[in-house]
Amino acid sequence: MELKLRLAHLYPKLMNIYGDRGNILCLERRCRERGIGFEVTELGLGEKMKPKEHDLVFIGGAQDREQRRVAEDLVKEKGKALKEAAAKGVVILAVCGGYQLMGRYYRGAEGEELPGVGVFGLRTEHPGPGAKRFIGNVVVEWQGGTLVGFENHGGRTHLDDGVEPLGRVVAGFGNNGDDGGEGAVCGNAYGTYLHGSLLPKNPRFADHLIETALRRRYKDLEMAPLDDRVEEMAHAAAVRLATRRGIISV
Amino acid sequence: MRRIAAIAAAKATAALSQRLRMGGGTALPGLVAERVDPHIVPEMARRLGQGSVIVTGTNGKTTTARLLRGIVRAAGLRPVANRAGSNLMRGIATALAQAAGLDGGFAGAKRRLGLFEVDEATVPEAARALRPRLVLFTNLFRDQLDRYGEVEHVAAVWRDAVRTLGGSATVVLNADDPSVAALAQAATGRVLFYGVEDTSRASEGLEHAADARWCSSCGSELVYSAVFYGHLGHWHCPTHCRVARPSPRVVATRIEMEPEGTSLMITMPGGEVSARLPLTGLYNAYNALAAVAAAVALGIESEAIERGLGSFTAAFGRQERLTVGGRRVQVILAKNPAGLNEVLRTITADGEEKDVALFLNDGIADGRDVSWIWDVDFDLLAGKVRSLTVSGNRAWEMALRLKYAGLDTPSEVEEDTATALRLALRATPEDGNLYVVPTYTAMLQVRELLARWARQPAFWETS
Repeated sequence: MELKLRLAHLYPKLMNIYGDRGNILCLERRCRERGIGFEVTELGLGEKMKPKEHDLVFIGGAQDREQRRVAEDLVKEKGKALKEAAAKGVVILAVCGGYQLMGRYYRGAEGEELPGVGVFGLRTEHPGPGAKRFIGNVVVEWQGGTLVGFENHGGRTHLDDGVEPLGRVVAGFGNNGDDGGEGAVCGNAYGTYLHGSLLPKNPRFADHLIETALRRRYKDLEMAPLDDRVEEMAHAAAVRLATRRGIISV
Repeated sequence: MRRIAAIAAAKATAALSQRLRMGGGTALPGLVAERVDPHIVPEMARRLGQGSVIVTGTNGKTTTARLLRGIVRAAGLRPVANRAGSNLMRGIATALAQAAGLDGGFAGAKRRLGLFEVDEATVPEAARALRPRLVLFTNLFRDQLDRYGEVEHVAAVWRDAVRTLGGSATVVLNADDPSVAALAQAATGRVLFYGVEDTSRASEGLEHAADARWCSSCGSELVYSAVFYGHLGHWHCPTHCRVARPSPRVVATRIEMEPEGTSLMITMPGGEVSARLPLTGLYNAYNALAAVAAAVALGIESEAIERGLGSFTAAFGRQERLTVGGRRVQVILAKNPAGLNEVLRTITADGEEKDVALFLNDGIADGRDVSWIWDVDFDLLAGKVRSLTVSGNRAWEMALRLKYAGLDTPSEVEEDTATALRLALRATPEDGNLYVVPTYTAMLQVRELLARWARQPAFWETS
């Protein structure tokens, strides 16, 4: 049986904030370099998702207007399939806006509420138009090492009791700027505010997702190591800049 | 009294900052003047006999304003303009205070026209203070999301600003950009559209960096019959709402790219203009077209427009050419995906191998978020570079991005700007061309180094 990672990319035209494309490029490259086939199914508005046909589901971030368009479709057309996929252990990676919509609800700056899919037990609320946005470099301590990225969100996310964050914030704001948590993990579903792009400069996390996604169908999977020297340099530079920032004068 | 004190303080600050070599003194004097008298900008702007023009948009502000300045001069007017990139209120205040006498008036006031490039987010404040007779919107791209917020937010800010302009102001809009064209709905005064009709350089599909492809009226996905760059092109909404690209009055009917410049034919009501510019890239054809449209709206004759365009030299860091150690160096600012894609397309257009240096900084003026580079089609460079030097404080992030574009081994990855620039010059053969593509703060550093080395030809070869 030929090894192949089958990725579902949700709303690539609508949920495509800066750099989300890098996550797809990264998954593809890290599969291909190991001789693992890679197949992307792009799912837009009105298109149904078949939970059995995917190993990994990716949903990125969006600007507010696009996020409103997506929210309704996500719950109505894909919500059930996403929950079914999550229950079966399909890997889900949801970034920023996608992460918010995978929770129970998102309440916007004006108080309007967008229902979420409920893959994660969490809620996100925007404190209001005058509230500070959480913008900047982030370093997170994750069980498999550090994660680096960039966050840019107005909403504050609070995890339900018993839901684990993806990691602890070392630098930056994370879920809500208060409790030190960043992102969420529910089974094989991962949510995070980190873009930048997230996966290329966090190759261990990328491999963790690929491996977890494929293990369901390929029990004896061996993940060959790759040459990650450039990745490690970029990772280290991002950690350095986030934790001890040099001033660039303008 | 307060006004005199403000202007005097600004002039003194400018003199002092130049004497202390603190830089060009483009923002600080205005900041001082505004502190002393917060009404200084409206007070002085009111005394400009020809009123004021605002040039704004994501890409092309500086070059467009500079082109328009040349045209306005050729028409016999005396522009009061802010310096390249100094496009917040303080930059406008500086320009006004430096041009004014101590009483806040201008010599030859009758022929004085304010001509200001204005930061996208500063448009409402600048429009309130200047009460402009014309506002030119060039384009709206995703740019520095960490600083400006979302594209839709900038569009909303512009709509509100246009709504408050008043019926006597003209709005000049790019018909090829759906979100700029939509501003016409908010205008109460005259609207003039410009656009490109020459489709010989159009592509069929939108690139990854494309934005604004949703109908402003019904939200459907727009359909393009021609795409020029980013989301600029010939667009229409396929649904019953029938919103479509307005037909422009000022039109580029022919655009020809040459190795060292661009030839343009622009037609307008009652005339046409042809020009050769020392600028390459379709985005610069748009800049020239925008400047011509604004000039037409100001009532300037085509003969003066042609002479004005002919007098153009490239702005600071915008395709400026310098010779350093026998190498011709061209500095091209790039700060967002759509702009950089077009720069890469221009550099690689003739198919020959190039020497290129990319500088990526993440300062506030660059955008702290560097994730935009993942939306750039660096694949355009694959197989077309002889040497590729990567620098800036996010050099390794750029190196990683390039690895994904099939450019696995840049010649050098060096975070230090000066060292990297030396390496890039060394890698460029004598008599060769080096293309330096920096983000904003990197451009300031690169520009200063190159200017210094150009005066001391052997400097970069030592150490």
